[in-house]
Amino acid sequence: MSEQNILEVKDLTKHFKAGKKQIVHAVDGISFTLQRGKTLGLVGESGCGKSTCARTIIRMYDPTAGQIVLDGTDITAMKQKELKPYRKKMQMIFQDPYASLNARMTVRDIIAEPLMAHNLVKSKEEANDLVYPMLERVGLTKEHANRYAHEFSGGQRQRVGIARALILEPQLVICDEPISALDVSIQAQVINLLKDFQEEKGLSYLFIAHDLSMVRYVSDDVGVMYLGQLVEMSEADEIYRNPLHPYTKGLLGSVPIANPKLARQKEKSSIEGDIPSPINPPSGCRFHTRCPYAVPECSRVKPELVDVGGGHKVACHLHK
Amino acid sequence: MEPILKIDNLKVSFMTSNGEVQAVRGVSFSVEKGEILGIVGESGSGKSVTSMSILHLLADTARIKEGSSIRFDEEELIGAPGKRMREIRGEKISMIFQDPMSSLNPLIPVGKQVAEMLREHHPDISKEEAKKAVLELFEKVRIPEPEKRFKCYPHEFSGGMRQRVMIAMALANKPELLIADEPTTALDVTIQDQILRQLRELEKEYGTSIIFITHDLGVVAELCDRVIVMYGGLIMEEAPIEEIFEHPSHPYTMGLLNSIPDMEQDKSVRLKPIPGSPPDMTNPPAGCPFAPRCPYARKLCGAELPEFIEVGEGHSSRCFLLYPDAPADENNPFRSEV
Repeated sequence: MSEQNILEVKDLTKHFKAGKKQIVHAVDGISFTLQRGKTLGLVGESGCGKSTCARTIIRMYDPTAGQIVLDGTDITAMKQKELKPYRKKMQMIFQDPYASLNARMTVRDIIAEPLMAHNLVKSKEEANDLVYPMLERVGLTKEHANRYAHEFSGGQRQRVGIARALILEPQLVICDEPISALDVSIQAQVINLLKDFQEEKGLSYLFIAHDLSMVRYVSDDVGVMYLGQLVEMSEADEIYRNPLHPYTKGLLGSVPIANPKLARQKEKSSIEGDIPSPINPPSGCRFHTRCPYAVPECSRVKPELVDVGGGHKVACHLHK
Repeated sequence: MEPILKIDNLKVSFMTSNGEVQAVRGVSFSVEKGEILGIVGESGSGKSVTSMSILHLLADTARIKEGSSIRFDEEELIGAPGKRMREIRGEKISMIFQDPMSSLNPLIPVGKQVAEMLREHHPDISKEEAKKAVLELFEKVRIPEPEKRFKCYPHEFSGGMRQRVMIAMALANKPELLIADEPTTALDVTIQDQILRQLRELEKEYGTSIIFITHDLGVVAELCDRVIVMYGGLIMEEAPIEEIFEHPSHPYTMGLLNSIPDMEQDKSVRLKPIPGSPPDMTNPPAGCPFAPRCPYARKLCGAELPEFIEVGEGHSSRCFLLYPDAPADENNPFRSEV
């Protein structure tokens, strides 16, 4: 493990049982590394396993197979008790700021709870000394501390969620669709806040979102997932300028362009059909059922994720 | 040509325990035949309430104020009896929503639900004829294996497929107007793209006018002919599609356009969000509702509501800075080049 990596994930697999001996292949052999102070974006359609991937890394789910190495320590098989000191190093920001905050707790208590849970403060006063500056840091005020979550707007709640995640000074923050529930004019506020924290504290982000232009803007590297597997991974600008996998091309082609002239001129490469069920994923390349370029080989042999130059990795028989 | 829909000075309030929420505060616009009109706005801007008023779908706590008018095909809909509205709903005007699961009956096969819509308005159609028509519709909205899907229940469908069923149902009687309230917001971009292309094709084929409500400017750019930007229960700007992106003439529209990164966004440049949050409509600001968040606001803006004035062909906006007598200083984005 190299010193500069905060997170290394090797062949991570997470299967769920779905009754009658059926298995949901939510995440199927994913490998990547995340460098300190960098942001890795994960994109893909709903059901591609990006959230399961995040939740397995943070050990909300127990991995079926594979390895998770956080800051040089293998945390894959740790028991919850052993894991506790490592939980301080990784925190999560959730999508729905309405569901992820306890309605019966004041904002102060919500933000102080991680400090209490990790015995980092002895008294309420001590906690307040950390909570109040954090509130101000995320753009709220001391006066907000004694209010309840329902008194806040979506954007303000997401700020509380960010404060709770960052109060422990983690090194890795997993952001699972942190802005998709927010209004357009508020999204940029939250993104700027996350970027400022990163600059200030050298945080690493695993950023999961379906808004492809926002992912490009925040990420250093981007991984594209399809049915539990990574199909392409590269430096962010490279993947958007030069997408190689037919799925990435289709995904990027589906993004609406906020420019009416361009939007109507462009030759669109879009994807037909729905994402297949992860209970019986297609054989070979899982994308072959929707791929316009599929050849017979694609349904038989699973393409490996290979480097095609300059760190641009793609799993496609057309690029070998 | 007479517009198919003409809304005049629509005012809608909700009576709540916290007082009167003025959701829509005087909205006027019209929809031409065969036109796709986009309504853009954030949550609480009044865009959904406006569209729900058309088909009498508002909650019981809603009050449509005196002086409001909604004319469809020269017929006044406000105050129209329930029986007449039932004739109009699904026959002349239909609507699709953000969440197709809650719009479909979970206990009835989807084919039957769509057939019901046909037979409700055309009782003389036989069951067999209705089924045939539904299968054709399913094919049209690209539901694979229509025969097999006809008997399936909503839970057996993906979100995108359910939305297709809703579109099939909405189009069953070839309505003159389709109201689509954030129909692709809950869907993946790939599926959204498929649905948008389909709506465009259907509009061409049937000549159906569409009101498309969304918060996504990208979707508007792809689909619409004309756009209305709503904020704080009012229309702030109205313009043909290219105008709004090339010459936005309201600080709010400019703010919205600036706060989304485009695909080519320079990463070293910070995003420019609109500061603050939308106004509380129980106590709407006296002046321009955007004034508290507007970087160009002056004293006047907080005190008085600017008129909705024409600034170009088919292009109107509600901002004091566009008035002919507005000061042309560095704090006026519309006069800087003069």
